[in-house]
Amino acid sequence: MEARILKPEEYFIESEPYYQPVGDEIEIFEAAYRNLLPVLLKGPTGCGKTRFMEHMAWRLKRPLIAVSCHDDLTASDLVGRFLVKSGETVWVDGPLAAAVRAGAICYLDEVVEARKDTTVVIHPLADDRRVLPMEKIGELLEANADFCLAISYNPGYQSVLKDLKQSTRQRFIALEFDYPDAALEQKIVENEAEVVPEMAQRLVKFAHMTRNLKGSGLDEGASTRLLVHAAKLIHDGVDPVVACRASIAQALTDDADMLAAVNELSASLF
Amino acid sequence: MPKPTQLTADQILPLLDDWFEVEFTFRNTDVLAAALALMSAGDQAFVLDWTRRIASTHVEIAFQFVEQSTRALSLMDGRMIEAWVLHAMDIYDRSGLYSGLKVIREIDLFVRQGRERASGCVFEEEVGVLLPFVQGLSGRKLKVEQGDHTFTDSEVIFLPAVMAHLPDKQENFKLYKAAVAHLWAQARFGTFRVDLEQYIAAHPTPDLALRCFHALESVRLDACIARELPGLFREMGELREKLDDADLPDGWSSVTAELTRREATAADSLRLVDKVIGSRLPATNCYQGRLMPAEVQAVLAKRLEREQAQLRVALKLIDDELKEGREDEEAPPGKFEVDKKPDMSVPEGFQIELMLDGKSIPIPDDVKGTMTSILQDLGDVPDEYLVPAGAGEYELKDYEEQRLDPEDVWGGTYHEEGAFLYQEWDFRRKHYRKDWCVVRELPAKPSHDGFADRVVTKYRRLLGNLRKTFEAMRDEDRLLKRQVYGDGVDIDAFVEAWADVHVGLEMSDRLFTRMHRDERNIAVIFMVDMSGSTKGWVNEAEREALVLTAESLETLETLGDRYAIYGFTGSSRKRCEIYRVKTFDEPYGDEVKARISGIEAGDYTRMGAAIRHLSQLLREVEARTKLLITLSDGKPEDYPDPYRGEYGVEDTRQALYEAHRDGIHAFCITIDEEGQDYLPHMYGAANYAVVKDVEKLPLKVSDIYKRITS
Repeated sequence: MEARILKPEEYFIESEPYYQPVGDEIEIFEAAYRNLLPVLLKGPTGCGKTRFMEHMAWRLKRPLIAVSCHDDLTASDLVGRFLVKSGETVWVDGPLAAAVRAGAICYLDEVVEARKDTTVVIHPLADDRRVLPMEKIGELLEANADFCLAISYNPGYQSVLKDLKQSTRQRFIALEFDYPDAALEQKIVENEAEVVPEMAQRLVKFAHMTRNLKGSGLDEGASTRLLVHAAKLIHDGVDPVVACRASIAQALTDDADMLAAVNELSASLF
Repeated sequence: MPKPTQLTADQILPLLDDWFEVEFTFRNTDVLAAALALMSAGDQAFVLDWTRRIASTHVEIAFQFVEQSTRALSLMDGRMIEAWVLHAMDIYDRSGLYSGLKVIREIDLFVRQGRERASGCVFEEEVGVLLPFVQGLSGRKLKVEQGDHTFTDSEVIFLPAVMAHLPDKQENFKLYKAAVAHLWAQARFGTFRVDLEQYIAAHPTPDLALRCFHALESVRLDACIARELPGLFREMGELREKLDDADLPDGWSSVTAELTRREATAADSLRLVDKVIGSRLPATNCYQGRLMPAEVQAVLAKRLEREQAQLRVALKLIDDELKEGREDEEAPPGKFEVDKKPDMSVPEGFQIELMLDGKSIPIPDDVKGTMTSILQDLGDVPDEYLVPAGAGEYELKDYEEQRLDPEDVWGGTYHEEGAFLYQEWDFRRKHYRKDWCVVRELPAKPSHDGFADRVVTKYRRLLGNLRKTFEAMRDEDRLLKRQVYGDGVDIDAFVEAWADVHVGLEMSDRLFTRMHRDERNIAVIFMVDMSGSTKGWVNEAEREALVLTAESLETLETLGDRYAIYGFTGSSRKRCEIYRVKTFDEPYGDEVKARISGIEAGDYTRMGAAIRHLSQLLREVEARTKLLITLSDGKPEDYPDPYRGEYGVEDTRQALYEAHRDGIHAFCITIDEEGQDYLPHMYGAANYAVVKDVEKLPLKVSDIYKRITS
């Protein structure tokens, strides 16, 4: 595929992203979208939140603007800023403003990571006002009827400083995500990486082993995404033990003993 | 290093006489000196150095070491001799002179064991891998401990201290792993679901019956492992080939066929015991260890009772939670059931789902563990386990293990349960003494006497200033000007640049303003000296300073800074005490104030142990910057050990060095004006402060904060 240059608000997803629903999350999201309600996705990393958003954008035929939030992300990174171009200041919309204007789906990934001042712009968009205050140019941007705001957060990082405030979370329809059950997860791995069922089953078993270690040495078990990575390497001819070491064990921990233990676990399965 | 010079017997003699205190002990050193004189210069220097170091621990051990030295040099290389004498000193530290000397005398035994250790695996080194390995496997989370035999009681896997059946270290590790997997399989695949103890007791030849059952179970469990963990099974097969008589005796093939079926259970093995009891048994395989039915039974009986209680109490909680706020809040508890969904990928052959009044409900994580464990023991979750507990029916505390109270140590019964063991640096030995200090953490005694409030009133002006000083450090968002990137346009910069362009100069690209905040995330522990010498005004000063500091630090809490306060004192290495005044998680309130007020002078200051314990606490918190601030009145000292003087100073220095290695910044604020002599040596020239009055102390703390964050 050739690299293409697109404006964020023109980024339509053209072919159906593979997504296996676990419960009724698709129906709920669609209902929320019809009723102009914002959505909060909760769940551990790599369990399919972003994929779900892509799938929904494809279903609803809206462009998807995804922003990965980091701890230096400020409100103006979302709304926009003045730039200096050939001696003049020019206003440039940020991703959120672009989405509000174009009626796109704006997905703020890991929103708790962002600076506190982002709540100033999220709150008025997330209730029935649906407006984006653009302080710098003294304007209020009323959202396009197709616009939808979705945010995600991982309740696993339990730190007082990184918790979503009640005033924020109580504005959203919440969808909880978790790793799918063994059979479904196996199906996802098979489908995504084209490996034989037997191999997918063992990978899922390995994932469960690492999830057993959550809290006793590992911060987090292997996510479905990591399983898919490993399966892709295996599909490409890499030895399963080596693939698990490179794509799962090393991704989970840096602790030498834990690494050895996780590698022993994968070696015992294949 | 300068080349050592060859010494003559006459030169060696006075050295030995000095170290061995010949003046008092009348040891004959002439023969030793003569023997040492015959060694090469290098060997001489090596032996003499160690003799001096050992003599600082015990003269007799050093004396016998010199006696053995010629022989030792012929048997071992330098590194191994070092290991030998250090081992002897460790044993002396732990079990006394007789045992220490035994190590020195039994030099051949050490050499032999050394060879084993070189190729063998040591439990202590491998447990860090083996424990997560077994906990990653499915089912009940087993623990791994060192024991005299290889066996499991269905909760703990016991393994030998050294595994050295094979010539190579890696292979020996595999053997450990195979043993762990086999014992895990016993617990996982229901070996203990049959009442073995009773069966064995009723059998005419109990020992033989147990051996038969174990052999049969090994066949069955191998098949289970082959299905569940094929990679590991391959490895276990390789080990068996290397170590065991791999052929099964005649007549075992039919037995094997029966036991390797997926549906085979321990009951099948038990049934087959009588069939094979007359025939030859297969050789005991290298990883199967022993079966200890009595140990299992004892643990199992306790666990069943405990888990029934835990599950029923948990179900009650679930039921209450679901009913909360509903009209039927007072109604009798709902009916819990377990629904089985077939799933051949797990050993039970089904997954369980918890149902309440016919509706499926999610199982909370802690309940899931209990249910898995019950399922593993019984193969099902019986109905009587699914009745929510009645009010007050169980007291879960009763099921927890009885713990000895650390305070009992002072009541006359010495024990080390719940205590932390730390090593200590012996500067003369130039080595650590292992597990030397016994540290206990105790709650500080509160004294509700309004002390903190009096301090606040007394120093209210100072406190106002202090708060301002600390508030100034709350550098909230700062506006950075003339940035390459930023949120807004820096008009001043822009005007200048515009002018520059018009006069033909190059335009700067630094035209933006940006809000910036330094991220601060500090965890600090205040380590307060509670030794006897602080009695009187120093103790008062410390307490006042702590109140002032805590009051000031409250202004920084919201920024992610946390602090804790611990007091330390003790007497002798066996009784080092750390008092919890305020932990990281605790808010600064009346209780903490009362505990600060309750800090009183105790005995001595063994600083090394306190520093090691508190650095360990700091290692466990997540923070960008970690600080350990000591408030003390003087030198480390303890009684009756030689902790005074150089020994204590050197150990403290070493403990601080260990903390520093883990990124912990250590500072000392002292009231001892003579501290100038030794503090720079321990803390480093820039990391201590001597203050004369209390009021200065919190200011010093703010200085340290500023230094560390800017």
